Amino acid sequence: MKKNNLKAWLYLLPAILFLGVFMVYPLIDVCVYSVEENYNFASQSFTGVGLGNFKYVLSDPYFVQALKNTFLIVAITVPLSTGFALLISLGLSSIKTLRNAFQTIYFLPYVTNTLAVGLVFMILFKKTAYTDGMVNLLISKFGGTGVDFIEGPYWAKMFVMCFYTIWIVMPFKILILTSALASVNQDYYKAAKVDGASSGRIFRKITLPMISPTVFYLIITGFIGAFKAYSDEVALFGTNLNAAGMNTIVGYVYDMLYGDSGGYPSYAAAAALILFAIVFTITYINLTFSKNKVQYM
Amino acid sequence: MIEKKSASFSRVLIYFFLIVWALIVLFPFYWMVLTSVKSFASYNSEYIPRFFTTEPTLDNYVSAFEAVPLGRYFLNTLIFTVATTGLMMLVIIPAAFAFARLEFKGRNAVFALFLSLMMIPTELVIITNYVTIVNWNMRNTYLGLILPSVTSVFYIYLLKENFEAIPDELYQAAKVDGTSDLKYLVKVMIPICQPTVVTIIILKVIECWNSYVWPRLITYDSNYFLVSNGIQEIRENGFGRENTPAMMAAVVVISVPLIVLFLVFRKKIMAGVSRGGTKG
Repeated sequence: MKKNNLKAWLYLLPAILFLGVFMVYPLIDVCVYSVEENYNFASQSFTGVGLGNFKYVLSDPYFVQALKNTFLIVAITVPLSTGFALLISLGLSSIKTLRNAFQTIYFLPYVTNTLAVGLVFMILFKKTAYTDGMVNLLISKFGGTGVDFIEGPYWAKMFVMCFYTIWIVMPFKILILTSALASVNQDYYKAAKVDGASSGRIFRKITLPMISPTVFYLIITGFIGAFKAYSDEVALFGTNLNAAGMNTIVGYVYDMLYGDSGGYPSYAAAAALILFAIVFTITYINLTFSKNKVQYM
Repeated sequence: MIEKKSASFSRVLIYFFLIVWALIVLFPFYWMVLTSVKSFASYNSEYIPRFFTTEPTLDNYVSAFEAVPLGRYFLNTLIFTVATTGLMMLVIIPAAFAFARLEFKGRNAVFALFLSLMMIPTELVIITNYVTIVNWNMRNTYLGLILPSVTSVFYIYLLKENFEAIPDELYQAAKVDGTSDLKYLVKVMIPICQPTVVTIIILKVIECWNSYVWPRLITYDSNYFLVSNGIQEIRENGFGRENTPAMMAAVVVISVPLIVLFLVFRKKIMAGVSRGGTKG
């Protein structure tokens, strides 16, 4: 084939232009911002170069709160949603009747607007002067005392938060796990049945090892996704997440950039880089761990 | 005999478990439709919310469109979605074609560079993009909303893999016939790879319809709000916080288009997401 240097670059030009302006340049720029101390957005000037922005962010109580919330969301939702999704996928792959219907229903949260459905969750969990709300009604039916999940105590807010996050991320995990389970070679199961292996043993010795790369993929993407939690929080608690005490790291970045507390791109840049460092480290640990534990076929 | 009994027992258990999760998934949808057809007065008089209504009304839908410019938000989202998706296809198809079919110096190096960009999270580059759009005076414009999201390295990669699967002979034959590269791309490659192209379009449409963060940063004039921002606006200032039924009517209106899209293209969407979706 003859070389088409000029033509090829012409075909690539739009992509390179857009990536250059909106990805490569910003990547360099964000590092520059993060070390410019006391950057003023209006005059675009700064007083010095150093790690002052990182120091400020790390000692900001709002950031510490956001860090704590984000880690809690990650630690709670990733294992729970992956575990539930695995159970549901196992259930799905063991039935035939209604399987398609279940799969369609389970996928619905994926195609809904997070903000819109978040409002429904807020209504369900909220306690107002007019009504205790659906969920509190259920709680009192079972003999418990109701609580305002949206503006009440921290643990209650965290509960709704995690519940909603799991509700949102389940479709993707169920979808991926069911197709992984379907691709396990049926001959293994037949052989195991002939040998008289119990179903628990079949699961531990055949199913789990065969789908372990998929489970791991879901855990890694789950971690990355959960660390970037933001719009789900806004949907439930409104845009002023600091006041609600439910801010996340990404939320902190946006608050620093924009809104009533905004205008500090340097602090935003420092916080974003801290987030990136955390996500990178955790992904790296996950990958190293998976090398020892996961069987890639 | 005992075997059989325990097998059917576990079957019942499995169905029970699956039905419970299906109910948890469906309930919010049911609740939003139900609340949206309850009249304002009857909703507020129910201290203990009722699971059905005997007098459904569509008044809330009328007031949802009257109280806030919901139609406007819809139109904006439609323009944003169509323009972003269309422009993106114009950018990624030629790029994927160049990587898949054209020989040029540095192809592998450039492709590796593209792939490494896949690891960069949006959160990291959004800060500068915001400043860029502000400096270009593009706040509250469609261009400002659209421009940063018209490329996707991942979709270029997906398309390139697909293009490469088309046998070389077809390309050589077209060359012999004197077909230009562009004509070959449009007349042969895109039709053959149509399933992938459709998948990418659908995934992008879902992403656009749900996008919230970037539009929120870029628009403060409600004439340019997308549905997500509109919903947030309604939540914070619209209707008075108490008019829940009207709020739910708006939520239903916003959710319906994507759900219909999903039910129509169910197989395509699920296959597409398992190949290239992220979320969660």
